[in-house]
Amino acid sequence: MSAGETIWVDNPPFPANAKQAVNDAQLRRNIRNATSTIRQRRATMVEELPDWQQLRTAGAAIKDEVLAHLDRYLEQFEQAATQRGAHVHWARDADEANCIVSSLVAATGEREVIKVKSMATQEIGLVEALAKRGINAYETDLAELIVQLGHDRPSHIVVPAIHKNRREIREIFLREMGDAPADLSDDPHALAEAARRHLRRKFLQAKVAISGANFAIAETGSLLVAESEGNGRMCLTLPDTLISVVGIEKLLPTFRDLEVFLQLLPRSSTGERMNPYNSVWTGVTPGDGPQQVHIVLLDNGRTNVLRDQIGRQALRCIRCAACLNVCPVYERTGGHAYGATYPGPIGAVLTPQLVGVEHAATLPFASSLCGYCYEVCPVKIDIPTVLVKLRHDVVKAKQPSAEGALFAAAGAVMRGRRRWTRALRLAPLMRLFRHGGPPPISRWTAVRDLPEPPRQSFRDWWVSRSVTKRGDQQ
Amino acid sequence: MSARDEILTRVREAIAPAPAPAPDLSREYRTRTGDGVETFIARLHHYQAQAHRVPESELGPTVVATLRERQARRIVAPEGIPAAWLVGLEPLRDTPPLDSQVLDGADAVVTTCAVAIAQTGTIVLDGSTGMGRRALSLVPDYHLCVVRSDQIVGSLPEAIAKLDPLRPLTFISGPSATVDIEMVRVAGVHGPRRLEVVIAG
Amino acid sequence: MRVALFTTCLVDALFPDAGQATVQVLEHLGQPVEFPLEQTCCGQMHANSGYFEVALVRRYVEVFSSYDAVVVPSGSCAASIHHQHPMIARAAGEHWLAKRAEAIATKTFELSQFLVDVMGTDDVGAYFPHRVTYHPTCHSIRMLGVRDRPLRLLRKVRGIDLVELPRWDQCCGFGGTFSIKNPDVSAAMLADKMEAVIMTGAEVLCAGDRSCLMHIGGGLDRIRAGIRTLHLAEILASTEPGYGTNQLPTDTAETTR
Repeated sequence: MSAGETIWVDNPPFPANAKQAVNDAQLRRNIRNATSTIRQRRATMVEELPDWQQLRTAGAAIKDEVLAHLDRYLEQFEQAATQRGAHVHWARDADEANCIVSSLVAATGEREVIKVKSMATQEIGLVEALAKRGINAYETDLAELIVQLGHDRPSHIVVPAIHKNRREIREIFLREMGDAPADLSDDPHALAEAARRHLRRKFLQAKVAISGANFAIAETGSLLVAESEGNGRMCLTLPDTLISVVGIEKLLPTFRDLEVFLQLLPRSSTGERMNPYNSVWTGVTPGDGPQQVHIVLLDNGRTNVLRDQIGRQALRCIRCAACLNVCPVYERTGGHAYGATYPGPIGAVLTPQLVGVEHAATLPFASSLCGYCYEVCPVKIDIPTVLVKLRHDVVKAKQPSAEGALFAAAGAVMRGRRRWTRALRLAPLMRLFRHGGPPPISRWTAVRDLPEPPRQSFRDWWVSRSVTKRGDQQ
Repeated sequence: MSARDEILTRVREAIAPAPAPAPDLSREYRTRTGDGVETFIARLHHYQAQAHRVPESELGPTVVATLRERQARRIVAPEGIPAAWLVGLEPLRDTPPLDSQVLDGADAVVTTCAVAIAQTGTIVLDGSTGMGRRALSLVPDYHLCVVRSDQIVGSLPEAIAKLDPLRPLTFISGPSATVDIEMVRVAGVHGPRRLEVVIAG
Repeated sequence: MRVALFTTCLVDALFPDAGQATVQVLEHLGQPVEFPLEQTCCGQMHANSGYFEVALVRRYVEVFSSYDAVVVPSGSCAASIHHQHPMIARAAGEHWLAKRAEAIATKTFELSQFLVDVMGTDDVGAYFPHRVTYHPTCHSIRMLGVRDRPLRLLRKVRGIDLVELPRWDQCCGFGGTFSIKNPDVSAAMLADKMEAVIMTGAEVLCAGDRSCLMHIGGGLDRIRAGIRTLHLAEILASTEPGYGTNQLPTDTAETTR
């Protein structure tokens, strides 16, 4: 896989990034405030539905059906969309997708495009690739705008600027926006108003728009974009040309399946009964919206994920970010620490599979395996199990190491009763390091004491008790 | 090999080893709820949208009065919007298609809807008579939507069953909004900042 | 019913009090329990670090297959036996072992599950006159689904002053080798957990996993918080002086921490 400058996975590795993030007081507070708010909102909305678990089950089953017959659904989608006037393109990887989109834009003669927030275009580094071809792509989602103006990177799947607070956003707008009012306050209403004014002219004049899609309907060739601000509707409706980059796993078999996913997605992502806007379009509608409609179907590693029977479930993901919002690790590190397009628990299982575990070897370990992500996942992705499976893949791909030798030795001891019983008698040695020891023990004792070792192991107690009991009986 | 053929080949290779058992698609969730007009109105209020319910006979005068009250004069009126809803106002008809700048200068747009969902406070537009092309209900800053009470269904599954997926569909739940700054909900960004629903019957 | 105790390697090696208390609670209820000496470790620490020790899965299956039930005083190890053993066996291509592992998992119970579901009681006759807060460990609630069983057992303890732990659903940050591989994040999570525990004003922090308690207790000891940690079994095994045969683990703070 090649993806230009957007892939910076494992460099530096997660623990090093995390060390820095954990000590960033402002970041910690921003993320904690935002995730606790959204977590509560989601919980309220989910509790309201008595059939939430049934919806999750159906959501997982529909996605599994798509994955089990993905070839068939892709061909069906292509045929239906083409029949309705869309041009369907296929891209094996990021470079190919960027090439297709750049050429399509260049063919229109335009130098500016407006963009709807899309994880797929983020993943392939489309904005950077277009810039190399002399094409300016303007992000129109408020959070993406904040990130773009701030020369920053997104840190969350749904709320990319979650790591910034209102004061920081105000400063970015004043510094970078060009047309921000000089007396701009840090009230979110004022900041949103500034973004509206800034983008209005672009919306009304743009000839080309680029989007992703939340769902693609195989049966009809339709695409759906879910959003809140209306920037999506602007991009999908006003320009002459619309180019949508869609991961091949975004398919749903039928239009009816939306009745499940449009309940799961908004409640999981923003904690709303319904997000303000969902747009569904099928190819070209004469007299309404773009008359040139292109769809780029993107692989970029997805077929690698599909190959793994345990890891495959990560392709069910609908990018709601509920797993990020409840993750105790994400809450303390933010998204940048993951060093990839997809942060948080889903990123820790998706990224290593998309780019190869050898390129993201620390991500599967970036979790305490608490399982909160699995509990909230609207499509029941068993993230902890996939993480453990990927850890195994990392270990298998690794050169022999001191850690490997240590685990092998521990395994050898635990495989035999005598060795294990003898090893337990060494426990009192731990007393030497209770308050501090050499690495890697120091990583424990930096903030914790080790327990005072017991006088005897459980099994020694059991054996001595059995002897006493027998003595009593005699 | 073309990209298309290569991707399809990769997919087939990936899923071939273990033909997955047919997933249990039992759809045990609710496909109908008892939510009605009261829920619909409560949800709209929750989204900071205005809602009024009037008898069918008072519909025209209510629409006119509401628009006037909001100082809206230049009103985008898709094909099929009755003249009785625009008495004394300045209708902007979309034939020939209105320029985006003109839409931006309008005070309001009045539309009907294809279906409305009580449980989620959603109206769905499908571009047919009374709704017009999608830009009409998007660019003006104030959207007034007329919903007949018999168009309101309880839940999303009931609405999906009534919709034609081949039409351009817009699901609207309240005015445009964002939570991008500190998860604080701000109503009104790029789409109409005011959404008002008049329920007839 | 032949019941075996799988103490877990951690309790065997470092926290025998929790194992002894488990035996006492069961015997107090009239349920004899055996401790097969061939047992060692479920292999969870290995698995969660990426090292799949299929030999430990095989060992567990062989040691415990002849029993009607296995009691484990750990939500985490019980969950590993339920969910990871079959996966590890399959990854090694040992499909027959995976089947046997699945079968034994259905007979493997975390302590509170065994008491409530199998013994059919939530009152074990304990007496523990102390202020206690309970941390529901992640694997016990999310992977195993023990729900409120431990709390039901604690609520029936005479004399106990049980206070709810704020943000109880949050992970303590132990995560096995996570605490070593990501020490900074683990420490940050630990800090928040300790703050929550201290806010309750409890003397005792209780949980169903000695591993998480080793981590939180190690942190509390380091800052001299004056709060001791006890396994659920240790509280359930406490009885009024002169009543029954058990003794209050009064000297725990001195000897086991």
